[in-house]
Amino acid sequence: MTDNKLLEVEHLTMRFGGLVAIDNLSFTANKREITAIIGPNGAGKTTVFNCLTGFYVPTEGRLTLHAKDGPRLLERAEGFRISRNNGVARTFQNIRLFTGMTVLENLIVAQHNRLMDASLFSLAGLFNLKRYASAEKEALERAKFWLNKTGLYEFADWNAGNLPYGNQRRLEIARAMCVEPSLLCLDEPAAGLNPRESAELNLLLQSIRDEQGIGLLLIEHDMSVVMQISDHVIVLDYGKKIADGNPDAVKNDPAVIRAYLGEEEDDELPPEVASDLHLDPKAQ
Amino acid sequence: MSSLLTSARVTPAEIAKELAFFAVIAFMMSIMILGVETVDRPTGLELALRWDLVILAIASTLVGRLGLIVRREHMSRLLQAVLIVVSAVMVFEMFVRFRDMDDRWAAPVTFDMAFQSVTSVIVFVAMIAVVFAIAYFSASTKRVVTEEEKAQSISSRLQVAYRTNTKKIGFVGILFFFIFPLLFGENRSAIDLATLVMIYIMLGWGLNIVVGLAGLLDLGYVAFYAVGAYSYALLSQHFGLSFWLCLPMAGIFSASFGIILGFPVLRLRGDYLAIVTLGFGEIIRVVLINWYNLTGGPDGIASIERPSFFGLAEFSRRVPEGVTSFSDLFGIDYSSMHRLIFLYYLILILALVTNFVTMRLRKLPIGRAWEALREDEIACRSLGINPTNTKLSAFAIGAMFGGFAGAFFATRQGFISPESFTFLESAVILAIVVMGGMGSQIGVVLAAIVMIGFPEMFRELAEYRMLIFGAGMVAIMLWRPRGLLSFRDPTILLNMSKKEKVAGENS
Repeated sequence: MTDNKLLEVEHLTMRFGGLVAIDNLSFTANKREITAIIGPNGAGKTTVFNCLTGFYVPTEGRLTLHAKDGPRLLERAEGFRISRNNGVARTFQNIRLFTGMTVLENLIVAQHNRLMDASLFSLAGLFNLKRYASAEKEALERAKFWLNKTGLYEFADWNAGNLPYGNQRRLEIARAMCVEPSLLCLDEPAAGLNPRESAELNLLLQSIRDEQGIGLLLIEHDMSVVMQISDHVIVLDYGKKIADGNPDAVKNDPAVIRAYLGEEEDDELPPEVASDLHLDPKAQ
Repeated sequence: MSSLLTSARVTPAEIAKELAFFAVIAFMMSIMILGVETVDRPTGLELALRWDLVILAIASTLVGRLGLIVRREHMSRLLQAVLIVVSAVMVFEMFVRFRDMDDRWAAPVTFDMAFQSVTSVIVFVAMIAVVFAIAYFSASTKRVVTEEEKAQSISSRLQVAYRTNTKKIGFVGILFFFIFPLLFGENRSAIDLATLVMIYIMLGWGLNIVVGLAGLLDLGYVAFYAVGAYSYALLSQHFGLSFWLCLPMAGIFSASFGIILGFPVLRLRGDYLAIVTLGFGEIIRVVLINWYNLTGGPDGIASIERPSFFGLAEFSRRVPEGVTSFSDLFGIDYSSMHRLIFLYYLILILALVTNFVTMRLRKLPIGRAWEALREDEIACRSLGINPTNTKLSAFAIGAMFGGFAGAFFATRQGFISPESFTFLESAVILAIVVMGGMGSQIGVVLAAIVMIGFPEMFRELAEYRMLIFGAGMVAIMLWRPRGLLSFRDPTILLNMSKKEKVAGENS
């Protein structure tokens, strides 16, 4: 079990001034598993992602990624280097595609570093040497593979911004996979998808896990996605871990139920607040 | 007229209200600008009121507006055309009277005087006829939507035609610029103007890398131009280095300056970056003015060495002992045009190199990263693209081409001073890029011709330069707010031809 670890988060704390967004969080994510992080809004899930992918530098704690060539400490790497050297790729809660560029270009930009190395500071590319031409061909093949995988092949030459919403979500995943990460972080991939689309998404994520053999870290509110595909669920509330285990165990955990549904507190509210909560819909 | 108006959906009261509103605006705008004139009297300067101009301004506004109302309500086409022509005539008369009051015009033209010559009458009647025809035939009595759809389809067909034939258009353009000296070889001013336009095309293409592709708003581009120009001038004066050796060095110096500037400021974005680059441009200029020992300060650097014919021959009439002259080398008669034409071809080649390098870089990872960075910097970081290095490379390459252009400018003028590198130059270059359509190479050429070539060609109309400038700006903002040719061509296509892609976007 220990050599199956992909990501180890130890005592991660993130403070913004006086606000403690993540408080002493520790968990592990394994290879070939989908680990879901769930929790109410504002629980600090996206902050965990931002720490992992180098957008924030954690206040305290250690983030170890067990890559193929040994452990790496993510909290020490500078922003973009995490994706470049350590193989952590991510998607965003609000989709961030290069909307003016075509779908195919989006996937090729994702392979920037490999192509850049092949192009020798653009010189080999400028004179179209064989070294670069073959690297570009390879990049195109990889892009085609992921286009087929996500069912976007026929849209390859569309501008990314013109795709329907569900396709944009899938394109963002394909783009992250073109980085060839060892850990893929997905920030609410099912947000805004209809049931059929989110069922397709489940299949895609499962196949990424099984065929690519990488670990997936998933933030999701859609429980139909979380409970069906995740192998391991971590529940956060106010920056603290309140549950950790397989989906079924977490589902029945009293702390989780309390965090999501709240305690029966209505009676204790002052009358004017209670009446606000039960306003009739016409008032809106 | 009231019977014509009864078919409208608006009541006469509403029309009157609208007209009154525009009358007030016309009054407020014209009273200060047109209505007050300073008159030189023996007692001193006095103000004179020109009520006729104000009344004409208001009347032409009202009639024109009425024409627009008629158009909007799809009423009589004829009435609409008549109103627009009447309005145009009033504007013309106002213009003539306004010109008339200016003493500098030796032969003032007024309505009466214009009619004294037959040709004037014919021209005037023809103009009225043209305005009438345009007003009548473009007037709509049908639904507005169909008219718009029609215009849309024409402009979209033009777009498709342009975008699918970009290469051919570019090729024809290059061919034209190559044979240009053959057509105007003896015309010194034509060659000079073409050289000037070509310098700005090159600068525009250079800045296009920074602004158009990488999306970094640079208001101090002229700084790199200055660095290039002074690099060549100083290296040539102090060390006697030849132009051909200094040209690459000027590029390298400018690129280094780009990197030195870029390193601290490229973490800024948008407006902030613009302000800092603006400041950098001014710093370079102020340093050039004040570092008297090195740069000669405001006196500039004079008698900069002219380029030789690739080190093989000189262009002067009399050459020192042991140096070949260009005319001897080719066994032709000496002409002062040889050097000018050579300079023209030199800048043409330099500009084309800029263009081809840019076009090629766009299809390379670095170029795609520039465009991706322009679209979304955060997404770029998540994909492992180093934003700082990517921006720096855009800055440095753009600066390098600016430096080449600067070295060329110095050798062509033979004299440089800080005055040539003011903020206005940066603004003009930026205007060329923005007007051409960000990232569009042919757009830059068009905009450079419009911005640099036209004002030189129509020097007689210099008085109205700002008027035409303003009108042009308004027209572009209305019809082509993203620049003349603002289409992005994909760098790679998988299963569509370019034609299909373009047609798909326009349907």
